[in-house]
Amino acid sequence: MATTNKNQNSDAWEYSSALDTTKVTIESKSKLFIGGKFVSPKSRSWFATINPATETKLSDVACAGKADVEAAVKAAKTALPKWSRLSGTERAKYLYRVARRIQERAREFAILETMDGGKPIKESRDVDIPLAAQHFFYYAGWADKLAYAFPGSTPAPVGVCAQIIPWNFPLLMAAWKLAPALACGNTCILKPAETTSLTALRLAEVFQEVGLPDGVVNIITGEGDTGRLLAQHNTVNKVAFTGSTEVGKLLMRGTAGTGKKLTLELGGKSANILFADAAMDQAVEGIVAGIYFNQGHVCCAGSRLFVEEPILEEVIYKLKQRLGSLRVGDPLDKNTDLGAINSKSQLKVVEGYIRSGVKEGAQLHQLTTKRLPSKGFWCNPCFFTDVQPSHTIAREEIFGPVLSVMTFRTPEEAISRANNSPYGLAAGVWTDKGAKIFEVAKKLDAGIVWCNTYNKFDASSPFGGFKESGFGREGGMQGLRAYVRLGGV
Amino acid sequence: MSRLTIAKTYKMYIGGKFVRTESGRSIVVENTKGEIAAHTCHGSRKDFRSAVESASNAFTSWSGITGYLRGQILYRMAEMLEGRREEFAAAIQVTQKITPAKAKKEVDASVDCLVRFAGWTDKYQQVLGCSNAVAGDYYNFTVPQPQGVVAVIAPPAPSLLGLVALLGAPLCAGNTIVAVGSDLNPIPTAILGEICQTSDIPAGVINLITGKQSELFEHIASHRQVAGIYSAALSKKNRILIETGSADSVKRVRFNSFSDEDWYDGDKVASPWNIEPFVELKTIWHPSAC
Repeated sequence: MATTNKNQNSDAWEYSSALDTTKVTIESKSKLFIGGKFVSPKSRSWFATINPATETKLSDVACAGKADVEAAVKAAKTALPKWSRLSGTERAKYLYRVARRIQERAREFAILETMDGGKPIKESRDVDIPLAAQHFFYYAGWADKLAYAFPGSTPAPVGVCAQIIPWNFPLLMAAWKLAPALACGNTCILKPAETTSLTALRLAEVFQEVGLPDGVVNIITGEGDTGRLLAQHNTVNKVAFTGSTEVGKLLMRGTAGTGKKLTLELGGKSANILFADAAMDQAVEGIVAGIYFNQGHVCCAGSRLFVEEPILEEVIYKLKQRLGSLRVGDPLDKNTDLGAINSKSQLKVVEGYIRSGVKEGAQLHQLTTKRLPSKGFWCNPCFFTDVQPSHTIAREEIFGPVLSVMTFRTPEEAISRANNSPYGLAAGVWTDKGAKIFEVAKKLDAGIVWCNTYNKFDASSPFGGFKESGFGREGGMQGLRAYVRLGGV
Repeated sequence: MSRLTIAKTYKMYIGGKFVRTESGRSIVVENTKGEIAAHTCHGSRKDFRSAVESASNAFTSWSGITGYLRGQILYRMAEMLEGRREEFAAAIQVTQKITPAKAKKEVDASVDCLVRFAGWTDKYQQVLGCSNAVAGDYYNFTVPQPQGVVAVIAPPAPSLLGLVALLGAPLCAGNTIVAVGSDLNPIPTAILGEICQTSDIPAGVINLITGKQSELFEHIASHRQVAGIYSAALSKKNRILIETGSADSVKRVRFNSFSDEDWYDGDKVASPWNIEPFVELKTIWHPSAC
């Protein structure tokens, strides 16, 4: 029962291919960054990282094994005493320099991020890279002010931190993890996601450029096993993980009784609640950005839309219109709205969910883009109507450009349906009524509530979930908490 | 002829009522001389489930009332406990060889602890939350809010102070409590229900269970309606058991280690950083320009 929307722009215009004016050099072998040096893996194992928009190989990336994890942890442990005793202001100065170098190399980072991960260049250029720089700049300032963040206590570093990050915002997630940890005087071992290691390794070059002491940050690439070995290492005092709820639970079990500090930023099935009195065009823009941003590879994607019943038809009409104007294609083209799906396996997952939506009786509305590149992993954005709360697409995290549209009659119903999920990461509320917006925001089980906006991020704004979306916050003053032990309490 | 004394039947406190365990089991409490001093309920997993249900039902109203009102109710608990110092001091001494002065000191510290938490009810929000200066035209603020039902596993000793200090932190934030009292001396736990009932604590907000803690650990950890667990003085084996079981519902678990002196240090036990594990931080954005 699929209805389709024609990509109006692609019928009207033929865009020439994107101008690739900045050539980004990529080493054929991407080594591990341990103790301030790029080293070949002792495991002698490598894996290919590809551009998901072309399926061409970008580099062979080192796959860290047990001995490599050991070396990285040892380097972090060795660097810890000096780094943690350095004055806060001196630590800050290193982080400010990191922020500056990211800004100065912003274009290179943005292109590399888009090539390795598939996200549209306008997002990596305007969101990922500037925010990554902002995180280092913001947390730099905290390094000598920690006592003000934790009144009544004496904050001290936790120690050696193992940080495992996902593939959806590779450089930004590295910044979210590293900046607060370093500001608090910890040393780190960062494990990027398998498919997106390149910008983290480029960040290692920045650390060399700014003279960050050897071993303060170590970056080890690899697969899931590398992350597991790292998190289980006895010397590690702290594990910070962003990724799936399933792996988060494994880490909880794995660290049980070890006394390791753990913070988890896990999955979501975030609800966007649209009241009839909202500014409609603005709301539809927000809803579209909320689900299709980064191809929907966003843990806080507004993947469930609850529309107040009387305006359902109007909203569907507007969503169709807006869907029809989205451009899917070459991520390096700055006009592209949706780039490539990050990997073949993720594409299969998303396609599986779309099939399940159709099979379970929901109605599919999908953009049909003509002339998608012949290679690469592509998924046209879509939304479903006639969705029941019991449908798989309404319950499970899809991590793709798939929106489920449902309705409600009263604010209480909207709140209870939005909260009826094991997740509690984010939510959106759209209404023109001030008191209503805050009442709904107060009652939603979500760590971030965007009111009359969606998917806004800032280094000073804490991010993290309720319930099975994890615990701990990243960003803001509260983001420091994961990286300090509080003495005197 | 000497008069036969009327011994109190110690019950558990669940959903605002004094109840016997559904299991029909009891525990013999021996005094320091090895004589039978009392019988208390040997609470079961089913009792724990009923308590969680009561706590869950009480959550919306307890978290919804103003901090000012919650503060007055906690302060009222302190008033009622102060009025029954002697009885609680005697209860503490039943199984523990401590001087009457030490027992009174524990009751006094418990009263003071409640006073401290009474004061936090409308202030922790300002210490743990804040407004954030985002780089854009948005109001952005972070507000803490309670999580739901928090299970408290009291230390063996101090049997009263340990219980009060651990339940006070999540309670003042607006969470509702299911507490499993000291194994060593269940009597203070059993009579604390009388303080709750006479101090305007709404039914279900504090639920008190006595019994054998170790029988309940796995059940507490795996119960999906329990949002958080607060404990102290647990063995590593039990910490592993609880943390492993908590993974499935991603519970918030906090194990503290307080020394004997720490329990009497109000700055430590009633620190806002012991409230923080039992709140969720919600960050709200709204455009500030149109």
